[in-house]
This record gives sequence, structure tokens and C-alpha cells, in this order.
Amino acid sequence: MKSTVREVLDSAEFQNLVMRRWRVSMVLSTLLFVLYYGYILLIAMDRDLLSRRVGPATTVGIVVAGAVIVGAWILTAIYVVWANRHYDPDVARLRARMQGD
Amino acid sequence: MQTTLGSPTQSAILWFLAIVVLTLVVTYLAARRTRSTSDYYAASRSVSPLQNGLALAGDYMSAASFLGIAGLVALRGYDGMIYATGWLVGWPALMFLIAEPLRNLGKYTFADVVAFRLRQVPVRIAAAFGGILTLLFYVLAQMVGAGNLITLMFGVPYEWAVISVGAVMLAYVLFGGMIATTWVQIIKAILLLFGVTVLTVLVLSRFDFSPGELYAAVAARYGQAALEPGGLVRDPIDAVSLGIALMFGLLGLPHILMRFYTVPDARAARTSVLYATGFIGYFYLIIPIVGFGAAALVGRDVITSVDPGGNMAAPLVAELLGGTPFLGFIAAVAFATILAVVAGLTLAGASALSHDIFTHAIRKGHASDHEQIRVARAATVAFGVLAVMLGILFKGQNVAFMVGLAFAVAASANFPALLLSIVWRRFNTAGAVCAIVTGAVLSVVLIVLSPTIWVDLLHNPTPLFPLRNPAIVSMPAGFLAGIIASLVVSEPDAEARFHDEKLRTYLGVGAE
Repeated sequence: MKSTVREVLDSAEFQNLVMRRWRVSMVLSTLLFVLYYGYILLIAMDRDLLSRRVGPATTVGIVVAGAVIVGAWILTAIYVVWANRHYDPDVARLRARMQGD
Repeated sequence: MQTTLGSPTQSAILWFLAIVVLTLVVTYLAARRTRSTSDYYAASRSVSPLQNGLALAGDYMSAASFLGIAGLVALRGYDGMIYATGWLVGWPALMFLIAEPLRNLGKYTFADVVAFRLRQVPVRIAAAFGGILTLLFYVLAQMVGAGNLITLMFGVPYEWAVISVGAVMLAYVLFGGMIATTWVQIIKAILLLFGVTVLTVLVLSRFDFSPGELYAAVAARYGQAALEPGGLVRDPIDAVSLGIALMFGLLGLPHILMRFYTVPDARAARTSVLYATGFIGYFYLIIPIVGFGAAALVGRDVITSVDPGGNMAAPLVAELLGGTPFLGFIAAVAFATILAVVAGLTLAGASALSHDIFTHAIRKGHASDHEQIRVARAATVAFGVLAVMLGILFKGQNVAFMVGLAFAVAASANFPALLLSIVWRRFNTAGAVCAIVTGAVLSVVLIVLSPTIWVDLLHNPTPLFPLRNPAIVSMPAGFLAGIIASLVVSEPDAEARFHDEKLRTYLGVGAE
């Protein structure tokens, strides 16, 4: 059965899709903000922690800076995996319904 | 140590010529495929995700991040690493908030997205204003940096350095449009990633391939303080404000946003951000090793004797470890880096002038393809010549803060309008214009009153605005202005068209 544009827009499935997209994006954004601004505030508030050594000279700060960069990439990858697995199939289904199959 | 920096060695000239010839051949090939406006601005939307990931990285990794961060780490140690992380964290935010809607809604510029359901003329003019302002600050910093760096590396007079960058860059953009500009970015990104990787391996080879031993050598020579947070993050509010500008500024940089129109669809846009984040993250992970290596092996005294700003740390360590030929290669890569970034900025500036101002604001969307591409080329020349003139005009000025200003304007003017237009039904023409104008004007005014200009450049005793970066104030102000104006003025047409926009934002129905 072919659905009109309006029916698709009003459908629970579409609204659910939009809601889930922003929920995932908000959760990942929050994690990103905690990761990065947490790091900046940690530098400002607790210098001693970051100056502690984990090797002969290597400091916690160096490890944390690397972890912020790697962590940011992992968050990006999580979004891509989620969107490829869950978002795109839903989009394909809704688009097919509009074209009437 | 003895250095050949500052004199044009044979190997530097050879590498330099090789890169220029390669990129011009690519431009020649691209020029034959550049006929329509879509070719000129969006490379016919046929760029693959991996290619676009490299091109995004190429557009973003400037000489300031390559030479500047290596120098900052060499001279100031750990603080340089804090800076490096800030340059990466915008990319995930770009992905989560705007990458896919941007691809689905737009055609050539980010103004396409903001103006999607709003009144074209005022929104196009406001968005072009915000976009061009961002690009001008950015290109000014790049041009002055280019003049200084090329003078330092090759001993060419400043004016000739700026003019040659302008001329070669114009050749890419004018004849090859987005296809050539994309390939120039890809070539530059590969060369830069390759060069920095080789440099990192050479540095680590002196320390048994153990970063720990490198850090120990740095600590032995300059004290453990070099590996601890220093003075960069003294004031947490200022540090967060800079972080906001770096993170959200990326989401308002016209030359970056424009790249999303070169891929076929939203899925390709998404994948290209993942590639870009990977390349850029890798770059910022290893560039501190080059900086620490320069401090340990070359020495801070030698680095500052060549350039007090520390910009020559990476080239100097390249010469020490790889000899004159490798120095020539790194210098040529730095030159290619500048060229490519300026080319990207020029193409984005031209698209704002011709697509937003000429086609939409002046011709109300009615201009033939032939006419559009002619105006696009004229706008390219105009923006390129302006960039060269600004570069020469600001010779010898301290323009390092200009990049921060570009990011602050992008975060405060362009990003709020872009995000609100995507997510908020009530957002309208008045809101878009107010958000952009408030964000742009406020960030410029606040930076003039800040310690950066008011005290350091104008030599007043105390700043009128305490923060070095205004984004923590100006970005919320941009959002607030957009929200208040949208609530005060009602525009039923814009609200009614939000349905069409949603269909296209989330499902890609009707996307270019």
C-alpha cells in the first residue's frame, strides 16, 4: 500500500526514528563533552593528578591526552555503526512505503 | 647545529616543483571535467567517502597545526598537547549534530540549509556575511603565516611568497573547481600524513622506539615540568571558552561544510567523517612526538634562534634526522599544506559570493548554469586577489589570534543558525538573521576588547572583556538571539515548510 508524504510524517515509525536519532546523538554528544571539557577542567582543577608519573617520566596527563583523542574517535565510530545498522534500514523501509511497494 | 633552512636548497626546490607540477596536472585533468556549476562547487557529488575523508583532513590540517603545534610542544611541552586535543574534538560533534542533515538539505553552501524554508534574500545575505567573515579571518591568518613560513624556509621575500601562493592556488580553483581542489587536498593530506609519520619514526628510532624514553630524555634536559600542564590552562573559563570555539567553530566553517556536498548521499557523508576523524586524530596523536623529539634532539635554544615562535621545530628535526633532502621534502609538504588550505577557503568564499549573493539574493534563484559558473570564476579571482592583498597589508603583524577569531565567529554566528534551522520548527527568517548578526558582531567586538587585542596589541593597561576567546559568551548569545527573534516574529510559511524539511533531513527524500 502506498502512503502519502503526510501519512509517513505523522506515522509513529517516522517520529520514533527522528526521536531515536537525536537521542543517540545527544547521548554521544554528552559523552564527548564530559570527555573533553572534563579533561580541560581537570587540568585547571587537579594539576597534581595529571603530573603524577606512570613511567620513568611519562605523566598521567600524556596518557589522558591520548585517551581523549582515541575516545573521540571511538564515539564517532559508535555513531557510524549505530546509523548503519539501525538508522539506514528504517529510512529505507519508510522510503519504500512512500514509493508504494 | 648547522641548518640550510632559509636558503633554497636543490632538494627543497625539486620536491617543491614535483608537488606543484603534480597538483597542476591534476588540475588540468579536472578542468576538462568541470563544466557545470555542480562540477565547480560539488565535484558532481561523485567523491568517495575515503577520498572525502582525506580531503576533509586536508582542508583542516593547516600549516598552523603541523608546524605550530610541533613548535608549541617543543617549546612549552605538555601545553602543546592540550592544544592538539582541542583541534580534534569538533569532528565527533560535527558528526552527531549536523553532518547528515547538512548533506541532505544543502546544495553548494551551508546557507542552502539555513535558507531551506526561510525567506531567501535576507537569510542568504546574513549567511554569506557570517561565512565570508569567517573565511576572511581564516585566510588572512593563513596568508600571513604562509608569507612568514616560506620566507623562513626558502629565503624568498615575503611579498613574493604571498603572491606565489595566491597564483598557484588560483590556478587550482579557477580551472579545476571542486574536483581539482579535492584532489589537491587528498594529495596534500597523504603527503602530510606520510611526512609526519616518517618524522615520528625517525624520532622514535633514536629512543629505541619507546615514547617513554623520549619523554625521559625531554625531562632530563628540561625538567619534569615539560611533561606537566603549564600555563596554558590557567583560567578554566577561558580554557573552556577556547574549547567551545574550537569544537563548535568546526561546525560553522564554510570550507569544511561545503565538502559534504561532494559525496553522493548521507551515508557517504557519515563514513567520510569517520575517515577524517581517524586521519586527523592520528595526526594530532603523533605530532607531539615530533615536537618533543625536536626539543630533545635539536634543543629549544636552536629552535628559537631560527624562529622565536618555534615554527621551525619540525623542519629542524627533519634536517637533523633525515638530512637536507628530507628537510626539502618537509618544507615542500608545508608549502603544499598552505596552498591547499588557501584553495579550499577561496572556493568556499567564491561560493558564498556567487551562489548565495549573486544567484539567490540578486537573481532570486534565476541564473543559467553558464552564467553561474562565469560569476563563480569571477568571484574566485576576487576572493583570491583579496586574500593576497590582505596578506601583504598585514605583513609583520601578529595575526595568530585571527584563527581563534575565525573559529569564534563560526561557532557563534554560523553554527547556531545552522543547528536551529535543522531542529526547530519555529525557527524563522528573523531568527536566522538575528542569530548570525549577533554572533558575528559580538565575537568580533569581544575579541577587540579582550586581552588579546586591547592589551597585547593596543597596549591598554586592562582588558574591557576578561576572556581571550569570546565563544562561551558569544555562542549562547547567537542561540538566544535566534530563539528570541523567532518567538517574537511569526512566519507561518516557514513553519508550514518544516514538514518538507524533515522529510529531506531524515529520509533524504529530494536531496540533491
